[in-house]
Amino acid sequence: MQAYIIRRLLALIPTLFFASVIVFVTVRMIPGDVIDLMLSQNDIAAAKMGREQLEKALGFDTPMWIQYGKWVGNILLHGDFGRSLWQNTPVGEQLMARLPITFELGLMALFFGLLIAIPIGVYSAVRQDSGGDYVARSFSILMLAVPSFWIGTMVMVFPSIWWGWSPPMQFVSFTADPLGNLSQMITPAIILGFSLSALTMRLTRTMMLEVLRQDFIRTAWAKGLGENLVVMRHALRNALIPVVTLIGLQAPLLIGGAVIMEQIFVIPGMGLLLLDAVSQRDYPIITGVFLIVGVAVMVINLLVDLSYGLLDPKVRYR
Amino acid sequence: MNTPLLSVRNLSTRFRTERGTVRAVDNVSFDVAPGETLAIVGESGSGKSVTALSILRLIPDPPGKIESGEILFDGKDLLKLDDEGIRAIRGDRIAMIFQEPMSSLNPALTVGLQVGEPINLHRKTVWAKALDKAAELLGKVRIPDGRSRLGSYPHQYSGGMRQRVMIAMALACQPRLIIADEPTTALDVTVQAQILALLKELTRETNSAMILITHDLGVVARYADRVAVMYGGRIVETAPARQLYKTPRHPYTRGLMASVPRLDGDTERPLVPIEGQPPDLASLPPGCPFAPRCKDVTERCRIERPPLFESGPSHLSACFYHERLAA
Repeated sequence: MQAYIIRRLLALIPTLFFASVIVFVTVRMIPGDVIDLMLSQNDIAAAKMGREQLEKALGFDTPMWIQYGKWVGNILLHGDFGRSLWQNTPVGEQLMARLPITFELGLMALFFGLLIAIPIGVYSAVRQDSGGDYVARSFSILMLAVPSFWIGTMVMVFPSIWWGWSPPMQFVSFTADPLGNLSQMITPAIILGFSLSALTMRLTRTMMLEVLRQDFIRTAWAKGLGENLVVMRHALRNALIPVVTLIGLQAPLLIGGAVIMEQIFVIPGMGLLLLDAVSQRDYPIITGVFLIVGVAVMVINLLVDLSYGLLDPKVRYR
Repeated sequence: MNTPLLSVRNLSTRFRTERGTVRAVDNVSFDVAPGETLAIVGESGSGKSVTALSILRLIPDPPGKIESGEILFDGKDLLKLDDEGIRAIRGDRIAMIFQEPMSSLNPALTVGLQVGEPINLHRKTVWAKALDKAAELLGKVRIPDGRSRLGSYPHQYSGGMRQRVMIAMALACQPRLIIADEPTTALDVTVQAQILALLKELTRETNSAMILITHDLGVVARYADRVAVMYGGRIVETAPARQLYKTPRHPYTRGLMASVPRLDGDTERPLVPIEGQPPDLASLPPGCPFAPRCKDVTERCRIERPPLFESGPSHLSACFYHERLAA
């Protein structure tokens, strides 16, 4: 098991290398680079210096592979993600401040997503073709079809029109005011959770239907078990294995959704940081965020693979 | 004869299929006395498994449905019980062993849990005690070192071992009746005899009755007290095992016997297959279901359905010419 985890972590290195090269190069190829932007904004300091000097000051005068080497070297040797091109603040500090907020939002969304998807998926399978099943299935199609940013916007707009209520806008951190923080995060987390739940619900239903037809379920009935035990003890565990895979595959979706939700609900997480950085072409921040997101996605998938071992006794890690 | 433990009367089970309603079990009646082993023999599709599943009401509905009949167990009609009532019987008074030991055990749960589960459920025993009992049961079915195997999973076992686990599970609550649906069909030939001998021994020990569903007449000879032969969803002949072997009174039974190799008899005897296909239950002929394949068929067989005739002491045969066959 330990050897397996270590090997999986080592395997992350080449993946991360390629991901970082792609991110590093592509952000610099977005039309309209940061120098253009600085010069066009009547930045006094920039105007004084001119393009060439500016490039030199920001370190863009060397070939790109040297810039990349410096960037990676600083991260590996000093844990230094560089500095913001505009504010000159350390990117690492910003990431550390924003990461927990996005992490919290993602975790809450995942929690609500599963809380919605699994019970409804199970119900839908056990009462196949009942009215409730149809409602649940239509609901899941709806959730697949309606983008979460639209729901988010509606939630921002209509309650305030009808009842003069809107989600709290002034962000409070979890450590300062846990309840205030949760009440602020819960709306975007539920919306994000809904959009995540659609596929999970469908897969849970399909897998449950599949498992409920198996011979060992008949054995469970033949033992005299009631429906609850047959479903919860004998069927669900077997049905959840592919569902867990899907959750891993949805991790990037979750992060992408969090970026949008943060924008709508003004939550100062990585998403908001990234959005600002992209519009300002603040390369160190963009690459930093992507790197963290990449690591997060890979770690989530590693956790998913490890969780198979809990659900499926046939899986042994060697 | 003492009062039967199980008495099935005029049981009919049908399935709705795309090609219309199929009567998988058609007006079947039989008795099982306490401690007796009844073998139900037939080809695949003869309705023997559906009969077995009908007793515990395990027919998936839809598409299946028990249409009519009575299943009296200890004087109670199982078909009239509510869900809770039948659940109290399942696994406790009547236990079932299935054909496929590979797929009939839950791959995600430990063997200990699966064997101890009926005890925990029906005897309201706490899990620790139920697991003790499970370890004991594993010993009984000759799985060495039962206690340390409680935490293992079915995939770590061979087919024969899994079937032993199934037997342990079935015996957990010392049922009065065990229904074994082709318990050895999926196993290696070398293991088949072991499993059957074990099953027979353990049922004798607890004086449980057994319904042994099989297509293998060799199995019947050794382990059954009485035999019911099914064809096309009906019982076509029933008799004490010895008597059936000595004097089969139905052409289908005769055909079955001629098509099975026997090591104890004349090894020079050629094997004679039964010509034709097993009947299509969706379109049974109006007369005797075996008529299209019968060598001695007459016009009457094709038109009129033969009832079960008394053909000797506790020997019934659904053939118009059962007496002639005795000769």
